[in-house]
Amino acid sequence: MSTVQVDRTIDARGMACPGPLMSLIGAIRQGQVAQVFEVLSSDEGSKTDIPAWVAKARHELVAVVPEDGYARFIVRKAR
Amino acid sequence: MDEQENPLSLVLFSGTDDKLTAAAVLAVGAAAMGRRVNVFLQYYALDAFRAGKVCADHGLSKEATDEQTPSVRSHKGQHWSELLRQAKEVGEVDIQACALSMDMYGIGREDLDVLVDGVEGVAAFMASASDGQVVFI
Repeated sequence: MSTVQVDRTIDARGMACPGPLMSLIGAIRQGQVAQVFEVLSSDEGSKTDIPAWVAKARHELVAVVPEDGYARFIVRKAR
Repeated sequence: MDEQENPLSLVLFSGTDDKLTAAAVLAVGAAAMGRRVNVFLQYYALDAFRAGKVCADHGLSKEATDEQTPSVRSHKGQHWSELLRQAKEVGEVDIQACALSMDMYGIGREDLDVLVDGVEGVAAFMASASDGQVVFI
């Protein structure tokens, strides 16, 4: 993975579905265009929900990085 | 989210916490994905939206077995009222109390939680639902 400067990390590990997605939405709404957000989530639903929402809301899913017991979702606010 | 999709319309009838949570999850998901959501509160669901009663224990539906009850009750997910609040924050979610059920309980708008946007009749709800799905929970 190329190095991406993350502007804000949201640690949503332990949150139930759809908590991590809702945390990401809240953060992106408050953020600036081109900022990069990272969500840490242990919720299985995030694996499908975060990519689906990012596509629908027309932001950019930079990467999904599996970690031990959770995943990192790196999203750039595109508009 | 520019394209105008059909709204999702939820008729909430059951007033148990499990069904209210399942409904709130649908509402927040649809709202997050840019769909308009209409919620119509009838019977026992309306009772759960009375001011001061939202966070009370509304029990579980009859489907819940003795074996399932502890895991449903102890689950760390958010309360249905919080999910609905988030749904309203991210999308267009209109929660209306059924006029007939209001009449049945003899209550007024002021007796309902702030999550409820108003009181309407079934025809107005169906007009809002237009060609979208209507889901009865």
